[in-house]
Parts: sequence; structure tokens; C-alpha cells
Amino acid sequence: MKRAHLILALIGIAVLILAPIGQKNYIIYVLCSWLMFSIAAMGLNLTLGYAGQVSLAQASFIGIGAYITSLLTLAGYHWVFGWLAAMGATFVIGLLLGYPALRVQHHFLAFVTLAFNTIVFLVLRNEEEITGGSFGLVGMPRPEFFGIKTMPQLNFYYFVLVLFVISAFVFWWIVHSPWGRAFKALRENPIRAESLGVDTRRITLLAFAIGSAFGGGAGAIMAPLVQFIEPGSFALIHSLKILLMVVVGGAGFFYGPMLGAAVVIILPEFLRFTEGYYLIIYAFLVIVLMVYSPSGLIGLGSKLMARFRPKQEVRKDMAKGAQL
Amino acid sequence: MTDTVLSIRNISKSFGGIHAVRDVSFDVQKGEVLGLIGPNGSGKSTLFNCVLGQLKPDTGEVRVNDQTVAGMRAAALNKLGVGRTFQQLSVFPQMSVLENIILAGQEHQGTMATRLFGPSDAGLTAEADQMIKFFRLEHLRDEMAGSLSYGQQKLVDAAMAFMAGPSLVLLDEPAGGVNLTMLANLKDRLRAYNREHGTTFVVIEHNMEFVMSLCTRIIVLAEGAIIAEGTPDEIRSNQQVIDAYLGG
Repeated sequence: MKRAHLILALIGIAVLILAPIGQKNYIIYVLCSWLMFSIAAMGLNLTLGYAGQVSLAQASFIGIGAYITSLLTLAGYHWVFGWLAAMGATFVIGLLLGYPALRVQHHFLAFVTLAFNTIVFLVLRNEEEITGGSFGLVGMPRPEFFGIKTMPQLNFYYFVLVLFVISAFVFWWIVHSPWGRAFKALRENPIRAESLGVDTRRITLLAFAIGSAFGGGAGAIMAPLVQFIEPGSFALIHSLKILLMVVVGGAGFFYGPMLGAAVVIILPEFLRFTEGYYLIIYAFLVIVLMVYSPSGLIGLGSKLMARFRPKQEVRKDMAKGAQL
Repeated sequence: MTDTVLSIRNISKSFGGIHAVRDVSFDVQKGEVLGLIGPNGSGKSTLFNCVLGQLKPDTGEVRVNDQTVAGMRAAALNKLGVGRTFQQLSVFPQMSVLENIILAGQEHQGTMATRLFGPSDAGLTAEADQMIKFFRLEHLRDEMAGSLSYGQQKLVDAAMAFMAGPSLVLLDEPAGGVNLTMLANLKDRLRAYNREHGTTFVVIEHNMEFVMSLCTRIIVLAEGAIIAEGTPDEIRSNQQVIDAYLGG
């Protein structure tokens, strides 16, 4: 990690540690929600932003993770078992969902994942004996670690922050490893990648599996955060919301999903003073951003920084003259 | 172990009623630079795709380093020691030149697990820098590949094909769209690599000056069949080749 990035990350963590101090429970809840959705968006960013595989099913993986964790914690198991089971199960299901991606791409793949999200929603709603159907599940306990209870909202926030930092580190590690390079190669030119020895089938499946496991991990946080889950929370609209987070933040950029989740979760809260107009203003801001900067907020930042930097020479071959 | 790197035996391939390749056989020896020329539609690309496993021939067999490559995926073929370049630009535009070159070698390092938990450059930065230096791209090392000129990207593409130390490299129209200065540089680098490493090349090319000066042997295809084979001088003076392809 470059020194500047490390300093930026440490400043970010310090800000996140200080952010909830003195805030009311609702604000802390919104911050927890932002961190939780950031983890889910990191997963989609890996699948879509880095590996270029379209997925409209991330909410279903949050749902699977949330239901597994809820069922286990309600049965008396510690949350950690629920978390591990949620991530393991979503990894395997994500791997299976990746198989269609080996045959179909782009909008066809989008429809496959959209159909998967719908199937998961219907299973969660119809299998009442296990999932509670439309009434959902309630009363999931918040975990306790070494005698420290996470029931108080502030404690729970720091618990979520630790999980967020771990997830962000894992995400950073993956995208900066040779795997990350292979994911990008898959996105940019799969035929060339394959010709260089990249097993594009395996990498495609891994992109789905890992991205889905992040979704499952977010779901494991959602269960004790909200303490009530029902199928509607994991319907297609929520997958589109996570897609919006990734696109608005900047797909394929490390900080993209975190910024995107902030826009989708926190910005509407700031716009509440406009009362009935806040969704209109919010939607308008998103449209303007997408028109001006299709690469999201990170792309917008890069554009602005480029204005203050001296113009770079692109065609360096001219300087080398006949040598090239 | 023979010195035959590529062996093509009785390859035929048809698309409907069109016979794209008809009973083609030849061998390519270690260190040889073979040119494959012919007019458009003569079957060069179909033959190339049969060698690369992208097309399954109707009949015949392709062997690389004594192993049959029928049904082999491109990644497995690469692991077997086959590198290639593409007719169209095939770099990864949003990665730096260095990252492009490292990517070209990383899948040959360790296992999936070591590539996840090991160093982010797969221990290849020094080797990649050598390759960059060999292709005289040092000043572009950290530039995004997509921001380079067409000719520079062709050089990066070639450098990527050699990064894994292949025994056979298939070059698909490497001279296409490259200006004369860069073409001379590319030819010089290919020759130097062949001389230093003994790597075998098979080149498809329409630029006659380029192919005649680079290759040690040339095969001419027309209507899917071999019509001539020999040294560049023999091909230049072959009346059948002149009639079918080179012209008066």
C-alpha cells in the first residue's frame, strides 16, 4: 500500500471512529446501515466493477445471509456461526449463479441474475415455516463478545465498523493481488486474458462467489442491526439500489462503493428538510452526476484534479523519435 | 524429444459448403520463423484458429510440443508454451504497461492460492522491467496502455506474448497499421528475441517486405490448400505464387 493511501485510510478510520460520538440513536443507525451497505456494494463492485460481470442479485445475497444468521441466532447459536455460515452459503450459491455467466453476458446475464433475485424473494415469502413468510423474522439478538454487549447502539456501531474495516481490507487485498489483475483482465478483454493463461471460467465464478459472500456478510450484519427481516427488504428494487451505489460511487474503484453507499443511504437523510421534494432532488442529482461523470464520484474527483494538474504528455513516442 | 514444435497433419475445415482449409500438413522446427501468407479467404486465419483450439478441425491433428491440442482451451494452450498476438489491438487499456506485462506472466507463477496470498506483482516486476527494456518501452512503463499510440500498443502486445517464455509464438498480422519506424523496431525486436531465446514463430502477414525479411521459411495458401513452400527467395520467384497472390 502506498504511503498516501495508508494515511488516507487511517484518517478515514479515525473519522469513522469519531462520527457517532454525541449523535442520536437514529443517526448511528443510519451510519451502521451505510457501513453495512458499503460491504454489500464492495462485493458487487468486485463482480461488476472489477470483473465486469453484470449482477442484479446482490440484495438476494444480503437476504440469504440475513435469514441464515437470523435462524441460527434465534436457535441460540452465537452470531459468529451465523456470519460464517452466511458467508459460506452465499459463496457457494454465488459460485453456482456464476455458471450462467460462462454462457451469457451483458443484458442477458442481467436478466439471469434478476430472475435469481425474484426466485429468492419468492422462496423467502412462500416458505413460511422456515422464513416466517411475509411476516418475516423478529427479535434477533445482538451478539456479545468477551462480555461486551453490542445491544447499545454505539457499541453496535463499533462492532459494524470493525467488520467494515476487515471487509475493506480483504477487498483491498483481493483487488491488489494477481487475482485483482485477472479480474480486471476479464473485464477489459476476456479473449486476450484467456490467451495469456488466465482461466477466465474460474475467475468468472470466483468473481460471483466472492462478491456474493460480501453480500452474505452484509446480511449477517443486517439481521442484528434491524432485528426484523422480511422478504420485501431483499426484493429486486434493493439490488438496483446497490447497483446505484456502485455506479454512482465509481465502479472499479476501491473507494467507489463506500462513496456510492453514502450517497444512497446518507444523502436522502440530508435532503429530508425539503420534505416531499427530497426524492425528486436526489434523483435529479444522480442524473446530473451520471451525465457529467459516468465513472461516478471517483471519476468526477479525477476530472476535477486533472484540471489543477499540468497537462500530461500522452504520446511520448515523439520524444524518443526514431528509436520507436 | 524431437525438434518439432508445431506439427499440423491433414487439417481440413469446412463451413457449410465452403472448404476453408483442405488437407494441410506441415511441421515447424525449433527456432524457425515461418511465414503463412495468402490472399484474403485463403484459410490462414481458419488454420490459425485450428492451431489455437478456437476451431475444431473436421479432420486431422495439431500437435504442439508433442501434445495434441484438440479441444484445448486457450489458457491451457498458453500453459503448454504457446504465446500469441492478435490482429486487433489486444492490450488491457486501463492497466499500465507494467501491469499488462506482469499479467502476461503471472498465471505461470505458483498456484491460485499463492497468487492470492503472495506478492501483488507475483514476483515479476524485475522480469517485466527486463521485457519492457527489451522492447524499448521504458519511458512508457507506468502509462496506461490505452493512452499509447497504435504502434506502441502493438509492441506491448508483442511483449506480453513473450512474457511467459513460450516455445511457440503465433503472430497474427503484427505489422498491420504500424508505421515504418515502429515496424523496423518491431522486426528488430522479434529477430533479437528469436536469436537470443530460440523461440519458434509462425507469422500471418500481408506486408510482404516485413514477412520476407523476417521469416526463414514461407508457406503460401490459396483456396485453403498449400500452393508453395520455401525460402523467401524461392517464394518470390515462384510463378504459381505470383499468379495467385503476389502479382506481376
